[in-house]
Amino acid sequence: PGEAVPPRQGSYNAAIADQTANLAIRGLLLFLIGVFLALVLNLLQVQRNVTLFPPDGFASIFSSAWWVPPCCGTASAVIGLLYPCIDRLLGEPHKFKREWSSVMRCVAVFVGINHASAKVDFANNVQLSLTLAALSIGLWWTFDRSCSGLGLGFAIAFLATLTTQLLVYNGLFQYTSPDFLYVRSWLPCIFFAGVITMGSIGRQLAMYEYKVVQEKTHQD
Amino acid sequence: MTVREKLRQKISAGFYWHGLLCASYPVPIILFTAVCILTCCYPLLKLPLPGTGPVEFTTGVRDYMVPPQEPSGDPGERPDWYRGPPVAYIQQVLVKAAVSPWDNRLVPVDAFRSPLGRVFSLLDEIRNHVHSDSSGVRSLEALCLQVTDLLPGLRRMQALLPEHGCLLVSPGNYWQNQRELFDSDPDLLRTVQQYEPKGLHTSATLKDLLFGVHGKQTGVSLNSRNRVVTYTITMALRHYDVRFLGSLRSRLKQLHPSANCSLREEHMVHVHFKEEIGVAELIPLVTTYIILFAYIYFSTRKIDMVKSKWGLALAAVVTVLSSLLMSVGLCTLFGLTPTLNGGEIFPYLVVVIGLENVLVLTKSVVSTPVDLEVKLRIAQGLSNESWSIMKNMATELCIILIGYFTLVPAIQEFCLFAVVGLVSDFFLQMLFFTTVLSIDIRRMELADLNRRLPAEAGMPPAKPGPLRPRETPPPPRPSPHTITLQTPAFRNLRLPKRLRVVYFLARTRLAQRIIMAGTVIWIGILLYTDPAGLRTYLAAQVSEQSPLGGAGLPHLAVAPATPPPELDPMPPPIPQISWGPEDEEGWRRLSYRHWPSFFSYYNITLAKRYISILPVIPVTFHVTPREALETRHPQDTRHAPPLQTDPSPNALPHGAPVQTDLTLYKVAALGLAAGVLLVLLLFCLYRLLCPRNYGQNGVQHGRRRRGDLPCDDYGYSPPVSEISPLLLRGHNMDIECLASDGMLLASCCLAGQIRVWDAQTGDCLTVIPNHGRNQGKSSAVTDLETLGGAEGQDAGGAGYPVRRRAAPSRPTLFGDQPDLTALIDTSFGQQPPSQAPSASSGFDFGGLVERAYLEHEPSVSPVFSAPPPQPVQRRRSLGDQPMAPTDWDSAVWALELRGNLIAAGRSSGKLEVCLWDAVEGSLRCSNEDGVSGITALAFLNNRIVAARLNGSLDFFTVDINKPLGLLQYRGGPGRGSMPPSPCYSSDDVISCQLTRSVQCAHQKPITVLRAAAGRVVTGSQDHTVRVYRLEDSCCLFTLQGHSGGITAIYIDQTMVLASGGQDGAICLWDVLTGSRVSHVYGHRGDVTSLVCTTSCVISSGLDDLICIWDRSTGIKLYSIQQVLGCGASFGVISDSLLVTGGQGCVSFWDLNFGDLLQTVYLGASSEGQGVRQLVVLDNAAIVCDFGSELSLVYVPSVLEKLD
Repeated sequence: PGEAVPPRQGSYNAAIADQTANLAIRGLLLFLIGVFLALVLNLLQVQRNVTLFPPDGFASIFSSAWWVPPCCGTASAVIGLLYPCIDRLLGEPHKFKREWSSVMRCVAVFVGINHASAKVDFANNVQLSLTLAALSIGLWWTFDRSCSGLGLGFAIAFLATLTTQLLVYNGLFQYTSPDFLYVRSWLPCIFFAGVITMGSIGRQLAMYEYKVVQEKTHQD
Repeated sequence: MTVREKLRQKISAGFYWHGLLCASYPVPIILFTAVCILTCCYPLLKLPLPGTGPVEFTTGVRDYMVPPQEPSGDPGERPDWYRGPPVAYIQQVLVKAAVSPWDNRLVPVDAFRSPLGRVFSLLDEIRNHVHSDSSGVRSLEALCLQVTDLLPGLRRMQALLPEHGCLLVSPGNYWQNQRELFDSDPDLLRTVQQYEPKGLHTSATLKDLLFGVHGKQTGVSLNSRNRVVTYTITMALRHYDVRFLGSLRSRLKQLHPSANCSLREEHMVHVHFKEEIGVAELIPLVTTYIILFAYIYFSTRKIDMVKSKWGLALAAVVTVLSSLLMSVGLCTLFGLTPTLNGGEIFPYLVVVIGLENVLVLTKSVVSTPVDLEVKLRIAQGLSNESWSIMKNMATELCIILIGYFTLVPAIQEFCLFAVVGLVSDFFLQMLFFTTVLSIDIRRMELADLNRRLPAEAGMPPAKPGPLRPRETPPPPRPSPHTITLQTPAFRNLRLPKRLRVVYFLARTRLAQRIIMAGTVIWIGILLYTDPAGLRTYLAAQVSEQSPLGGAGLPHLAVAPATPPPELDPMPPPIPQISWGPEDEEGWRRLSYRHWPSFFSYYNITLAKRYISILPVIPVTFHVTPREALETRHPQDTRHAPPLQTDPSPNALPHGAPVQTDLTLYKVAALGLAAGVLLVLLLFCLYRLLCPRNYGQNGVQHGRRRRGDLPCDDYGYSPPVSEISPLLLRGHNMDIECLASDGMLLASCCLAGQIRVWDAQTGDCLTVIPNHGRNQGKSSAVTDLETLGGAEGQDAGGAGYPVRRRAAPSRPTLFGDQPDLTALIDTSFGQQPPSQAPSASSGFDFGGLVERAYLEHEPSVSPVFSAPPPQPVQRRRSLGDQPMAPTDWDSAVWALELRGNLIAAGRSSGKLEVCLWDAVEGSLRCSNEDGVSGITALAFLNNRIVAARLNGSLDFFTVDINKPLGLLQYRGGPGRGSMPPSPCYSSDDVISCQLTRSVQCAHQKPITVLRAAAGRVVTGSQDHTVRVYRLEDSCCLFTLQGHSGGITAIYIDQTMVLASGGQDGAICLWDVLTGSRVSHVYGHRGDVTSLVCTTSCVISSGLDDLICIWDRSTGIKLYSIQQVLGCGASFGVISDSLLVTGGQGCVSFWDLNFGDLLQTVYLGASSEGQGVRQLVVLDNAAIVCDFGSELSLVYVPSVLEKLD
């Protein structure tokens, strides 16, 4: 009498293995990461244009339109879910450097690219574009190296740039930056790097599900 | 061979030698590296410390010149920022004013209303002051800093701060510098206070700004102590005109002379401000650092299978950090002063340099064969990874080189740093980290040897090398039950989420750490922003720097002018206006952000620029009471009741203490409420997370009298229950063999007596005495297993280490020799004479040996002389037992029970099959064909397989001469895996025929024999396992894979075959194909017992550990430390319930989670006895060998819970 009832191990794994729940959790996580990164990186860009902050200057964090972070979050959720999905369609899951430390490195490099574009003064915009492009391709080569990743990255970067340009031309959205060319030169590269990064995070998150499912089939 | 291959080999060889060097001389190399690091970091001492605090530089006023724009030839002690004109010169006029003498008719408001009112006249004076001399006419308008609009965000300050004109602020700004507004203001205090921010603020407030002194000094409050009002008029000047300022100073001093003023007015302080870091700027920085730490965390988490994980992680971080420091130092040494903000690029540098190499090195070294020398392991590990390391490094260098050609200065600088950082990082990895790793590996090996920890799971198979010498049995451990879990990752999968959260919090002490860190940060913020903290420190530093030193010199005392006519000649009344050295630089007590925020309102940044603060001009006002009464606003009296009594100091101090007391009480009450709330919250959280009351029932009846309770990994002690097991008494000596078929239980003791018990009731059904040729004498049956390995070695005189009971301490030549070890009993002195039934008081040792040899003479090879029985140490458990002087007969070495037939194999090679009957146990047949001792028996269906010491295998068939119709079947009650055993009656004639004898089944003695599913599996000293078919005794497979003798085999109906050997390895085989499924190194020493369940493999070893392995992956899930001597006693009750024997108790474990469920003590008297054998019966009963008794334990409660 009075012994501990052994806890069942099923519930946790079941939650992971459950497709929809898993999808929702991953989507939510990716969304949050996307919102966070959007806020932080926006801040970096804001810094470039404002020389000095008023002392009670928290308002500047949200100086961009309110819908930008949610949009980024949604986009990152979609991308992060799309990558493992495409991997599954193509066959094997992505195996190259599939570990959290590598993902963290990728995120750090992504933030670094943003940092560089915001902080470093380039001679002209072509140089900025070229440097950022080289960095983005380097990011892909270092952390992804999959053709699907490259293709998806290019496609989404192109689409996103196009959408932004359309928005700007229709006057829905304005660049805060004084020089228009500057923004246009870094936008595609940042989009591309962001797609690679979010894809990497999404794949890593999907690894959990894959592992658990594998284990389950093994047990069965 | 291509160039690439050659290069690769060269690199590999180089790394090999380097590894050898590092592992051979660890201490000198570490010292050398440390010296290198320190040398390279030395130039860093010259760099200024990072920080945002302002820097000061003091010069004299008299010979002040605007510093040249370009650094002149004589840098001297001038800081390099002291260049060019300052942003502004700050001239403050410090006003101290008081109503004197204090009058009874005055109300508190009067103490500051009229003194404040004087500011307007003073302002007019300053504004209208004109200095004219030969060079022209100058006024303030011409010299002052002209400002334009305020920043757009500061609309509400627009009325208060000057715009489009001189930057001149004073308290008069509250009233737009208009005397009329001031006079008509009914509540001055409210006007002042309404602009103050609420709550904690770190930047300068408007009050500080306008008053120019710290808020507490102003004296503008209702309960000011000394009723002296202090404020400044602050003007910012664009140009420094010494004559204009001099005339202004003398004019003001002349108009409003300050008695006893001893301010030194000869120093001018230049304050340089660093770049401001705002919150918005900090957020990305903090984010990058968080990412960096996550990266380091995830990287170092992968370090595994080393002695000190934390130590190596620390070494890795130290490697990266010091390589960065080294690179900065080297760059500084070669004149590349870093212009980049180090804090910003640092995370990216770490990410570029990375921790990968370190991890790869560790992994590679750890996966080298463990039985190599440490030196060689390090060298091998290094050379294995040399190519990839070099390749990565080359790639990184290439990328950086490409980055260098972007020709963007910032990127070039970053690349330069990164190159130097990479090289120094490589240097440190090769020297520092490798050496630390070698030290760690050596420590691990030492610890292994000392503590005989189990070998790590998942180790790649060791290359065949020299076997390490095995150690003597481990020393007894203090804590009998500790369960060690291997990697947290596996553990995590097996715990419910709720518990995992709690465990995680408990393990990392997360909450505690967060609170601690938060407190430290908070204190740091307070220290940094508190005006009394950092600023006083700075002030002290500056006063030390000032060349004149102490404040004791009344150097430039202004000569007291003629006293103003209003001043009463009577002795100075309260309040007394005094000037002290603290007034000299009153701005020091302001927030260090005072000036930057002051200028930032006009979008003028002080970042990386400086301002010059001129010495203050002291001004004193004495206001007569009459004047104060005249300027009084009609509403002033309403606010505070006039003080009735004389204004002695005891009138006022009442108000303040009461107020402070109140705030104190408020704070205390608030703190108490918060504490209570926190406790409630935590309680709710606890209830939510942990709703079950573990162990509450158990405490009631669990008597904790047996010292430390067994507990699992998290300190959770399950309830101890004490059930009284059925004690099966009857044997005189220690129990040797146990056999059971579920309903019946047969046991054989050292005396050779076999008893048959009913497993349900515990009744002794039959006693079969030792009915050898020497009737009435009991034979000594000694379990060789209980003799130490060293003893076996000694007795056998053979050279190789064996500890298994099968006595193959003798080479095969000795195969037929009598088991002399039975005679080796040196505890003669302990023998109580009363216990000896037959012998006289003496003990004729020689005669015994002689007789034993005579008896076995025919079988002894004449070549060998018998080794003399050596006086070796016996184990305590045996020595305690009174040994009857025994006559030599053959000992029962193996016992099997099926149906009501008992098969006993004896050391003499005789196979006996007894029929059990309710009344008598009679020998029904025996077979004495064999000459070599039977080491193992298997009884399946109607076949008996006997394995002999000489390596042969005999198959017997039991025939019953009886019509088959009478054959009844007694189904095994629960276990479906067991074939129904035929039941024989005593009338039948049973014969036992040797059907086949495989003479050379093995080269060496057969140690284990198991039969199931129509297969017979044998394991032998010759390192092989053989699988035979039971029907035709045909050898199907010979399984090779062990590097030591086989000591344990498990096979069951589902054809799962597992074997364990003396090398501590466990192999899983596929019986159908004969291939090896998996192979793990589990134990230091022999594997003594093996059981498989559907999901895991449970093994026990001579190291007294029970290890639980995942059957499919071969990963060790966890291990359970057993009491000394009880290592092999465990059994599996169901798929998820494990029972282990301990010191006088048995413990139940949950197999899936490794949780200790329950510990059952087997009665009070059995304190010291360990459970050495444990058999699980079908009806969930456990039979434990318990000295000379058997315990029958029913465990229905545990089972109910599980089902």
